[in-house]
Amino acid sequence: MLYTIIKKNSYQDSINLMLLTNAVSAMEGLEKVQIMMATPANKDIFKDAGLYTDELKAAESNDMAIVIDTKDEKKVEEVLEKVEQYLKDQSISGGSQAFETVRTWDRAQSTLPNANLALISVPGQYAAEEANKALDMGLHVFLFSDNVPMEDEAQLKQKAHEKGLLVMGPDCGTGILDGIPMAFANVVKKGRIGIVGASGTGIQEVSAIIDRLGEGVSHAIGTGGRDLKDPIGAITMMDGIRALENHSQTDIIAVISKPPAKEVRNQVVDLLHHVTKPVVTIFLGEKPETYEGNVYQAYTLAETAKIAVDIAQGKDVQADYNAGDYEVKDVQLKQGQTAIKGLYSGGTLASEAAVLLSDGLGLGTEITNEDGYVLKHKGHEVVDLGDDKYTQGKPHPMIDPETRAKFILEAAKDESTAVILLDFVLGYGSHDDMASALLPHIEYAVSFAKENGRELYVVASVCGTSNDPQDYEGHIKRLKESGVIVKDNNNEAVRTALSIVGLRVNDVQKQYKAKTQPRTTFNLTVSDEVMNLVTEKPRIINVGLKSFTDAIVASNVPVVQYDWRPIAGGNEKMRKILSLLK
Amino acid sequence: MKYQSIDEANRAVLDKIVGSAPFLTDVVPAKSVIKELEEKVILHAGPPIKWDDMTGPMQGSCVGATLFEGWAQTEDEAKQMLANGEVEFMPCHHVNAVGPMGGITTGNMPVFVVENRSEDNQAYCIMNEGIGKVLRFGAYSKEVIDRLHWMKDVLGPTLSKALQKTEAGLNINVMVAKAITMGDEFHQRNIAASLIFLKEVAPLIVQVDMDENDRKDVMQFLADTDQFFLNIMMATGKAVLDGARKIQEGTVVTAMCRNGKDFGIRISGMGDEWFTAPVNTPQGLFFTGYTQEDANSDIGDSAITETFGVGGFAMIAAPGVTRFVGAGGFDDALSTSNEMMEICIDQNPNFTVPTWDFNGICLGIDARKVVETGIEPVINTGIAHKEPGVGQIGAGTVRAPLACFEKAIEAYAQKLGLI
Repeated sequence: MLYTIIKKNSYQDSINLMLLTNAVSAMEGLEKVQIMMATPANKDIFKDAGLYTDELKAAESNDMAIVIDTKDEKKVEEVLEKVEQYLKDQSISGGSQAFETVRTWDRAQSTLPNANLALISVPGQYAAEEANKALDMGLHVFLFSDNVPMEDEAQLKQKAHEKGLLVMGPDCGTGILDGIPMAFANVVKKGRIGIVGASGTGIQEVSAIIDRLGEGVSHAIGTGGRDLKDPIGAITMMDGIRALENHSQTDIIAVISKPPAKEVRNQVVDLLHHVTKPVVTIFLGEKPETYEGNVYQAYTLAETAKIAVDIAQGKDVQADYNAGDYEVKDVQLKQGQTAIKGLYSGGTLASEAAVLLSDGLGLGTEITNEDGYVLKHKGHEVVDLGDDKYTQGKPHPMIDPETRAKFILEAAKDESTAVILLDFVLGYGSHDDMASALLPHIEYAVSFAKENGRELYVVASVCGTSNDPQDYEGHIKRLKESGVIVKDNNNEAVRTALSIVGLRVNDVQKQYKAKTQPRTTFNLTVSDEVMNLVTEKPRIINVGLKSFTDAIVASNVPVVQYDWRPIAGGNEKMRKILSLLK
Repeated sequence: MKYQSIDEANRAVLDKIVGSAPFLTDVVPAKSVIKELEEKVILHAGPPIKWDDMTGPMQGSCVGATLFEGWAQTEDEAKQMLANGEVEFMPCHHVNAVGPMGGITTGNMPVFVVENRSEDNQAYCIMNEGIGKVLRFGAYSKEVIDRLHWMKDVLGPTLSKALQKTEAGLNINVMVAKAITMGDEFHQRNIAASLIFLKEVAPLIVQVDMDENDRKDVMQFLADTDQFFLNIMMATGKAVLDGARKIQEGTVVTAMCRNGKDFGIRISGMGDEWFTAPVNTPQGLFFTGYTQEDANSDIGDSAITETFGVGGFAMIAAPGVTRFVGAGGFDDALSTSNEMMEICIDQNPNFTVPTWDFNGICLGIDARKVVETGIEPVINTGIAHKEPGVGQIGAGTVRAPLACFEKAIEAYAQKLGLI
């Protein structure tokens, strides 16, 4: 029996409601429950879930809809109580806040008149519009939102470039500005290494390793995953590189990229050869054989961090940082137990695992992505569980253990599985204690395999620093105590997994090569606005997810929270009229 | 449109609000300034409404007014007259007036005259009768009618004579600016302003040539009536906003009012046209013995105070009544005023609020912003019993329905030929 509760004019952002749905789902005696804002798009999701009712049909975009499938009508009251409690606790935790909350751009601007950055995390369909407004107000944009069309991204970045502003993103999961962690980011010491990166966990892994090796990061500028594709032409990456070149406290520049478009890649590399500072690069999937002039290309994220740290500390750059002893003693596998299952929450970490695995299997280092699977070969699988495919209507696996728990169990049931390979990404935005959340599932999986006569190896790395809000050392300790093999970084974890199944990666001793003559000349100057962004503490308007203010407030940086909602509650007709009434 | 943009038109409207110069100049019989009231006409609160659609309190008020005017001798006779169309109903707003709760106003009731000297226009409002059994909440017992006669025969003429002793009337901006620093928000709390008013008129009343017992009664009534200034504030809001809406462009809300059935608003760009939607019912605290069940739906022209930028919009100015109107405490009062700033264009420098870091009160509700954000204007209000004659049973807050604002901006977009 379906029961519907409509809470009129009660807006909550979708992540909150997903977490709330999960909390409520855990109650006994419910077949199914879904809590969402009653927007037309969400109504379709209800429909797909078989939870569509007349009351829901009548509800409007600003109404919160709770649809419960249960045999026991009394449960409805319990669900409502739980919902009220959850929302109430949330408002209490937001009781006395160190920042003002506003509902319009006008008021955001009048509350923080010297703001220079908008951190935007509104739903993708509205992201370009809000980013354009921010640019019109002369603000740099950190665009966390995903699902932004490529042509909108190109338009935003061209406009920003003309105005002397930076658009970091879209789908910019992470960043560090003057030591301040933005969105999903680790708390990394301030230092001399500047990062520009087209990827989320790529930046997190490199910056966290830099921190753990005792160096620090000046800025980590995210560019979004498509910046090095043809239609965009690396606008943000090139402006970011120029910014770091002009930033006197940055001594070394690290550039992290997913597989780029060739022409764009070459243009970026040309620019890097113009830069006066030493540069470390990684183009994921490229296995470099040389260092060229001031540009040191690395194969893995860990190597990227280590080269940068050695340069920062005035040491000679080594020919290779990847090879090592990754042997696991007394491996006992049954015949047919040959496969590695990489179950990742971090997209770039998954890609790196796929590259290394592919390399170890002798398949080359180019990777593809099908339904989130970055590698699928003879039972070996590497899956990015943060891919859109797995996050429709569900929280990201860095926030919520559910999806990964399911995959772990499936991997354990698969008789070919020898190793489960995991990442634990700490930092702001991530789950408070993912180790404790996943360990029961890991332990169950291992014991399930054991009952069926198989040893199952679980190898993991923890991407974090000792200053992260979670307990980095405690995470590692808890994992180790439960029998998980914990390595310092993803590169080592993957290679350890390979060694368990008797495989290894052949590493190259990179040769030095003189700088080739760049084909074009570049203007290395940047706008006053960009200089201001890299030389001063940011002043931030946070548009959307309130939790992003945690890290900003903890850094004592001025921030105003813009509790964004769709214009006119998503009423298209009114939205159009408003756009005309200027 | 003669302005470059809607923002520019709105600015012109706001300039007239900020530049307004309202003075309380007289108290006169309503029919002497509102010619329509020379006939059998009853003015009511809110947008136009028919007898059959009126809620209990407004019908009760109509009965009381009919008895007061002597058009009927008994309750039944009065009801019959009202029901069969012998009396014409008309919104206060259509004749430069505003009225609290039922807003029922007839020819012989004395009204305040507020003159807006910057625009040379006037507005009127009946006087506050105090609390308990009063006409505005639908009571029409002998006690109520007797008081109305005393106000007509004694209170009104006394205040008129007192005001004639001033050179130019009382400067209302000065009184409001003082009272807002003393904790009034001018809808739920007017005690400071009422005392300032008494301070101004007391020395004048003692000079009026009149019966000593009457003088004592007048002084006692003014001293007892905490909300006396509310009606002056309402006439002021009406005078100022009517002056400002001479700019017939833009999306500034120039009136908000309720007749118990419909909530009505006007915006500057649409002149006299009403945009209506069904009213909400106020939520709040109730006097002992009454509950939310007894509450009448939202009623009265007093939301002109919120339109002007005080009332619920200035909640932060009146920490003393925040609990009474359902706001938990100071932080809630602050967030209420901050929330209302989201839908306003600017702040009025004439009236700065000490508890708000001396920010000016909210200035100019922009109907576009209401629709854009979905933030409905909040109104502090008294709550009437839904049965006529019981009177006020509590106080609380109520929201203006979004649909009024959607209709208004849609109509304006049509007028401009944009859709």
